[in-house]
Amino acid sequence: MAGAGGGGNDVQWCFSQVKGAIDDDVAEADIISTVEFNHSGELLATGDKGGRVVIFQQETENKSQSQFRSEYNVYSTFQSHEPEFDYLKSLEIEEKINKIRWLPQKNAAQFLLSTNDKTIKLWKISERDKRPEGYNLKEEDGRYRDAATITTLRVPVFRPMDLMVEASPRRVFANAHTYHINSISVNSDNETYLSADDLRINLWHLEITDRSFNIVDIKPANMEELTEVITAAEFHPHQCNTFVYSSSKGTIRLCDMRASALCDKHSKLFEEPEDPSNRSFFSEIISSISDVKFSHNGRYMMTRDYLSVKIWDLNMENRPVETYQVHEYLRSKLCSLYENDCIFDKFECCWNGNDSVVMTGSYNNFFRMLDRSQRRDVTLEASRESCKPRQVLKPRRVCAGGKRKKDEISVDSLDFNKKILHTAWHPQENIIAVATTNNLYIFQEKVN
Amino acid sequence: MSGEVEASTVEQQEMQDTVVSPEKTEEAKLKARYPHLGAKPGGSDLLRKRLQKGQKYFDSGDYNMAKAKMKNKQLPAAAAEKTEITGDHIPTPQDLPQRKQSLVASKLAV
Repeated sequence: MAGAGGGGNDVQWCFSQVKGAIDDDVAEADIISTVEFNHSGELLATGDKGGRVVIFQQETENKSQSQFRSEYNVYSTFQSHEPEFDYLKSLEIEEKINKIRWLPQKNAAQFLLSTNDKTIKLWKISERDKRPEGYNLKEEDGRYRDAATITTLRVPVFRPMDLMVEASPRRVFANAHTYHINSISVNSDNETYLSADDLRINLWHLEITDRSFNIVDIKPANMEELTEVITAAEFHPHQCNTFVYSSSKGTIRLCDMRASALCDKHSKLFEEPEDPSNRSFFSEIISSISDVKFSHNGRYMMTRDYLSVKIWDLNMENRPVETYQVHEYLRSKLCSLYENDCIFDKFECCWNGNDSVVMTGSYNNFFRMLDRSQRRDVTLEASRESCKPRQVLKPRRVCAGGKRKKDEISVDSLDFNKKILHTAWHPQENIIAVATTNNLYIFQEKVN
Repeated sequence: MSGEVEASTVEQQEMQDTVVSPEKTEEAKLKARYPHLGAKPGGSDLLRKRLQKGQKYFDSGDYNMAKAKMKNKQLPAAAAEKTEITGDHIPTPQDLPQRKQSLVASKLAV
């Protein structure tokens, strides 16, 4: 079962670790805003509202023994973005990290892109475990020695030192977005990446910071005619000419960069027809897609709207091949969810390594595992009460109405302030990272 | 007899409406609470509000004043690095202290 990366319900999930403070008084800066594993799964990055990035590294010891012992420990942390002020519009530019995306590893260093609303930065994370000692012209603390006092020469040598992990900003991609960046996606060509805001998508080269190409522009000539915005965008995992972007109206457009320089005209439009008799005030709002993710094999894509997760076959545009309800019991609560703004919450979703299970978050610190192959689903909870080492998570059930059974929780008792918006799945193993408001939970598959 | 049948049909229809469309019930609730709510919910107003998210300040002075007020509430920042290099010594990059952390470290990194 090691490394299978499959199974939703025959897999039992156990608590592994939790990161972050226990106190209930959460500072705004500590709110986690993005979680992402790197391509090997060895590193796990989080970004928060305070503009900070924390990277955890999986221990390599004990890997040969039970899979279980692999823990994630702090590897590096740095301030990625700082708050800025847009003088022209008199608006504050938040330092909140909206997305982190790792580059595939090319050499000893690791690279990631992190973005706030306006600026994308390429960070290099490198290890230093030796330092040069024995310079002739400099003291050990760096100050220059008086040349007159030097009587002998020596050859400087490298001596081992305690491992130091350094993060340094290598590129800053700024001033290309009028609106708020919601997505970044590294291309499979490993040279370019895209950044998407509400109305435009730009294509960048990783080496070039003073120019970017605009590849999608849906801004209407007259802003009064604005009907939809871009909510997410992603490059295809293998085809470097293909990307998709989702909209607030529940549609996904697939674009081919070979077709034209400006991809305003889509190659494919994915949209599920709506029953007009079912239309309500809330229809468009809850159909807004908050996340779109290609499957690892590149044949499918998954979209998350307010109440459901849909799997689309890239070869079929007129409807999804699978639809899963995340929390259908909320449909009869839409009025209050509109009033408290929860209806605008943007949940993310993710695939497991072999595309057989998908995961997404919900309220009350619940998250859902949807097993595509076995057509089963389970609701689990990230809670401090299930934090004993290797404690198996118990499935949770929400009672929509009527008689509440034992162990069920009623819809009205759900805590809508405890939302799991960001989750990530290790690319190969059954290890998941689930972010509550200010804590990061790591769960692993139970190994007997 | 027929009157009863009619009544139950109407009831059934109402029940069906509620059962079939909880959304419509919720919509009715919302319209009852906010009668002035615009007819086009996903339209320009909502989107424009979304495009211009973020608190608007009068100017940069207003912004800095607001930030200063915020800072007083937060934990005190790390103590300033002691500066050895002053006076007639021209500092070089090696002399300068390491870039100090401008904000408190993340609690995830403890």
